Amino acid sequence: MKTLADLRKIREQAQKEMAAREQSAKYRICVGMGTCGIAAGSRAVMSAIIDEIGKRDIQDVVITQTGCLGYCDQEPLVKVTQPDKSVITYGKITPEIARKIVQEHILNNNVLGDYVFTQD
Amino acid sequence: MHRIHILIAMDSHTLAQGARAVKDALLKDLSLAGLSDEVKVVETGSLGIYKKGVVLVVFPDNIYYTGVTVENVAEIVSEHIVKGRIVEKLKYSKAPGTEVKVQEKAPRFGKQLRVVLRNAGIIDPESIEEYIAHNGYEALGVALTEKKPNDILEQVKASDLQGRGGAFFPTGVKWGFAAREKAEQKYIICNADEGEPGTFKDRLILEGDPHAIIEGMALAGYAVGASKGFIYIRGEYHMSIARINRSIEQARENGLLGEKIFDTDFSFDIEVREGAGAYICGEETALIESIEGKRGEPRDKPPFPPSEGLWGKPTIVNNVETLANIPQIILNGPEWLQKLGTEASPGTKVFTLVGNINNPGLIEVPMGITLREIIYDIGEGIPQGNGFLLAQLGGTTGGILTAEQLDLPLDTDNLRKIGAGLGSGALLVVDDTHNVVEVVKNFVEFFNHESCGKCTLCREGTGRLYELLDKLVSGQGVLKDVDLIERLAKTMMTGAFCGLGQAAPVPILGCLKYFRQEFEKMVNTEQKSVSAVV
Repeated sequence: MKTLADLRKIREQAQKEMAAREQSAKYRICVGMGTCGIAAGSRAVMSAIIDEIGKRDIQDVVITQTGCLGYCDQEPLVKVTQPDKSVITYGKITPEIARKIVQEHILNNNVLGDYVFTQD
Repeated sequence: MHRIHILIAMDSHTLAQGARAVKDALLKDLSLAGLSDEVKVVETGSLGIYKKGVVLVVFPDNIYYTGVTVENVAEIVSEHIVKGRIVEKLKYSKAPGTEVKVQEKAPRFGKQLRVVLRNAGIIDPESIEEYIAHNGYEALGVALTEKKPNDILEQVKASDLQGRGGAFFPTGVKWGFAAREKAEQKYIICNADEGEPGTFKDRLILEGDPHAIIEGMALAGYAVGASKGFIYIRGEYHMSIARINRSIEQARENGLLGEKIFDTDFSFDIEVREGAGAYICGEETALIESIEGKRGEPRDKPPFPPSEGLWGKPTIVNNVETLANIPQIILNGPEWLQKLGTEASPGTKVFTLVGNINNPGLIEVPMGITLREIIYDIGEGIPQGNGFLLAQLGGTTGGILTAEQLDLPLDTDNLRKIGAGLGSGALLVVDDTHNVVEVVKNFVEFFNHESCGKCTLCREGTGRLYELLDKLVSGQGVLKDVDLIERLAKTMMTGAFCGLGQAAPVPILGCLKYFRQEFEKMVNTEQKSVSAVV
């Protein structure tokens, strides 16, 4: 590296890679990963979300998983949390819909009404 | 993209607890679960949690697990990583809060304040990118491209940073001595020959954040006009040596060491020298002799190293912890350091807590904290409900503090008044089940072994002191021996050639001052003969 700008470029890149360790993310996407969720295909949903977030270079999202949410027939369930907004839980999600959630809900702030299972 | 980062502390303590095997098991189980692409396992330095086995942190959940073994790795993976259910039985509840934001705030562990250890346990010390992500090398970049050497010198002077090796000499003043020397070659030496019993702070700083030392040395080089640095590390510190060597390589590859750094006229490179286990080589002139390939014995002073040091050239010798403070001072300004700690001693101090204490280990606290806070809040008190007898502050040469001083704010001014100092940062807590005389005998045995033999007072003095104390402990002593111990200790203090012989009597005189009756109690009253040693 030759300049401060070079250093700062490396820094930006490295910070992106370390974003999971920051606690300041705006959105939290939680995928149901109980036995029921996994049986219904939540692993593929999770992979699709990770892929989409990575591809679109979205920074302020934390992706987590949880156990059975108590609505096994609605799995795979995806819960999106953001400050000062109601928690949206989407049900019966496929990898394709999961990508749509990232594009619409996270990027454009449009809740995908068709897939909402519950809201609280 | 990795959605989960698992940090595993890999320092000499956790390694001894099997951290390597846990990491391997973790990688294997993650791969079996098909999660290798989603979960990143990062080796990091000490997390400051001791005696609790192998420690993991799972981000983004910020959950600390302690006592992790190969057997319970599978449970962590299948429960927490796959299903998102925290494994409560391994969870560590006293983990720090989530405010781990570098620069604006230093992370806190209760009463601790981590400035020097800000990256330890947070970044992967073997990754230069992670150091850069936490503002690493920004100070060097800004200094070289936007500031003059004298600006850096003035900033360090204005911060009133004092050397953390033990003497607390103002770092800026020392740098100033070397800066004003006219010489073609000057040197920066990092003293990492940490040999004080009970002290291991430099080791964990080097293991946790090696790039900070490299950046600090380069900044020192720029400020005083030196182009070459040496890091003199204790030979037993295998992990520190490996990590610092790797970091030097990475810095060279990235053009942060070598010729024309940041495309300026400043060139700086660093070499590592391993010590061979002599305590005396932590003394700066003996250390210089050792780097020159000679027998490690202290030199006559003056001249002091800043005017005539390594190979007769102006040389700065700074401790690891001192250098780790430098990039932060340049980034945040000298006022920032002064806001931490006390007026007499700005900044923080890294202590190693050892002895009769429930929660031993490495801590970093603002200057001015009291002994009571360290022992009873951070250290969680003395085991088995025993009482506090004494604390030795600053390693084996350190002064003695008793219950009277539990509430004294620890800084250089207050300690000087009672004839003690912060020293190397080791804090040895001794409970009331111990006999003071035996404790002192133990200290002296160490000095007797480590005296280099150059001057008579230290070579003979440490030996005779040991004999006298041994005589007392074995019930053969007479009252006169106690006076003789005191006289001999005082003579050594004024007459010994270097710091070793001058400081060895400090704990003896300290214990005599507060516990003279304990010494006199050991005297055999039936023994009428005069001391045989004189």
